[in-house]
Amino acid sequence: MDTPATYLQWGFIQISVPNLLMILGMVALFVGAIVLPFPRHKPAPAPPPEPIDAPEAEPTSNWTARLSRAMNRRWPWHTLLPDRQPAFVASWIYLFGVGAIASLIWIVGSGVILVIFGPVWWHVSSAGRFVNSIHFWSVQAFFVCTIVHLVGKYFMASWRHGRALTWITGVVIFAFGALTAFTGYLAQQNFDSQWIAAEGKDAVNSIGAGSFLNTLDYSQMYGIHVLLLPGAVVSLVAVHILLVRLKGVARPIDQPRPEEAGTTAGKAAAEEASR
Amino acid sequence: MSARASGSGTSDQGRYYAGIPMMSYDLVKELVLAVVVIGLIVLGAAFAMSSPDEPPVTIQSWAQADPVDFVTTATAELAGTSESATYGAPYTDGTDGVQWIGPFSPQAFFGNALHLDTAHQFVLDPLTVVAGDSGELHDALAAYGAASADQQSAWTSAYSHALADATVSGGAVTVAAGDYGPVPVLMSNELALARSGNLDGLLLGNSRFYQTNYSAPLLFMADGEYLSSLAEDQHLAGDQWGMMNETGSYPGQVWLLPVSFWYQISPFGTAPNADLVIMLIVGGLLLVLTFVPFIPILRDIPRWIPIHRLIWRRSALRDPGPQRK
Repeated sequence: MDTPATYLQWGFIQISVPNLLMILGMVALFVGAIVLPFPRHKPAPAPPPEPIDAPEAEPTSNWTARLSRAMNRRWPWHTLLPDRQPAFVASWIYLFGVGAIASLIWIVGSGVILVIFGPVWWHVSSAGRFVNSIHFWSVQAFFVCTIVHLVGKYFMASWRHGRALTWITGVVIFAFGALTAFTGYLAQQNFDSQWIAAEGKDAVNSIGAGSFLNTLDYSQMYGIHVLLLPGAVVSLVAVHILLVRLKGVARPIDQPRPEEAGTTAGKAAAEEASR
Repeated sequence: MSARASGSGTSDQGRYYAGIPMMSYDLVKELVLAVVVIGLIVLGAAFAMSSPDEPPVTIQSWAQADPVDFVTTATAELAGTSESATYGAPYTDGTDGVQWIGPFSPQAFFGNALHLDTAHQFVLDPLTVVAGDSGELHDALAAYGAASADQQSAWTSAYSHALADATVSGGAVTVAAGDYGPVPVLMSNELALARSGNLDGLLLGNSRFYQTNYSAPLLFMADGEYLSSLAEDQHLAGDQWGMMNETGSYPGQVWLLPVSFWYQISPFGTAPNADLVIMLIVGGLLLVLTFVPFIPILRDIPRWIPIHRLIWRRSALRDPGPQRK
């Protein structure tokens, strides 16, 4: 794997075989996810009665009690952790979001070990190299899952019915993920880091960021990579998941909300719902 | 008979999913299984393929592998004609590396933050450390410092031209005889310092003991041809889609394809302000992607291209039925 890759060229397009395999893999995963049948799930039992909100207690000046009541009202557990989903969720394409989260767990776990042992460890120890390899491949898995998730959500128009903020946080996570990876490549302490720092500085400088973000300053890039950007990504993922859970997944495009009466699609949806 | 979402429920989701068949779903188990599956894939890949780790270049390895390139670069640093010396913000007061679109240049706006002086930081200061109080190098430094700027420029310019036909023997760089003043002595000592490995340390040295800022040696190396030739061998140069490539046979940052693409096509990739133009294009495209839900046509494409009908098959919209054994 350390020997130079084979590169393919068509006109101005030049791509390494490993990169081509990654792209073809993403395409295959996307096609497979939307074509392959999904195992059927048990129908949900009759829904439990809606939790009855406790009668509003007397107004209190206790901030903790007020916060607790507000959280119970806005983020009830049966909404955050439901044990049922709409039947249309039965598609592989819905799994790439959780795949990205799982990859992120592996990234953070391996990253924490790399931080504990220090930036030189993985260059001089086989155990360190293995942990770094886990970090490297889980980053690849994260982006594969994220890109397939993003493309899938686009073709499902998942921002409908008040879910635009969920989409926006997803795109911002992708952007912050790319920045985190960029600083990670700068923090590797090898030839790759040197070249990316030297070559990448021009783009960073061109937008004025070079005056306070120096790609050649190892400790600055390392600190940003292991603390600030992962903190931002994890926080954004938490907000993204919260939004998904609070809003639920969007209805199929061909099944608009029944209250969208008056439209042909709305009537069809109402008929479908009444069968 | 499956439960349909109750339209009479009080929760928002209950109303939203009215008429939709519901199925049991274990989100926690889904996450645990995903962690296991991704873990198996990642552990398998890590075990079978390891990860890239091409050793870094040092000033020493550069000076040993290509002494003429090193001396040519060091002479340009001394003369103040190297890429770093003339770059401009955020390194120097030059202008060559500052990118503009008309009157717009955030790079110029934020100005020179590092105040790099390549002649002193890369050449004269390290040589002064090892020159001592007498000797050939001490005298050469004194002669160079005492000369006028025009004289210094004439010496370094003549020496730079002579380096085009330089020969290497025993690790020393030799040029044809000429009026170079003290420059050959300075450069032979700079080369010796580099080949011994001491210049690596001297370029990082400061009065604060701890040091993790590699700006000086990296800018020095980036000004030469050696580092970029190694990068081109690995297809890492910007015009080789290098942004998304990796050393060895590993996948790189494939997700940067939408950025790398613009560097391959004219006039974007060849423009003197390519980076600024491409960063603005990519930033604009990212904003478009972010606000797709509010952009007509883009938000309607999923309705026109019926990929969603493959995802939400008609059968999946009905009752889920008995669980598959």
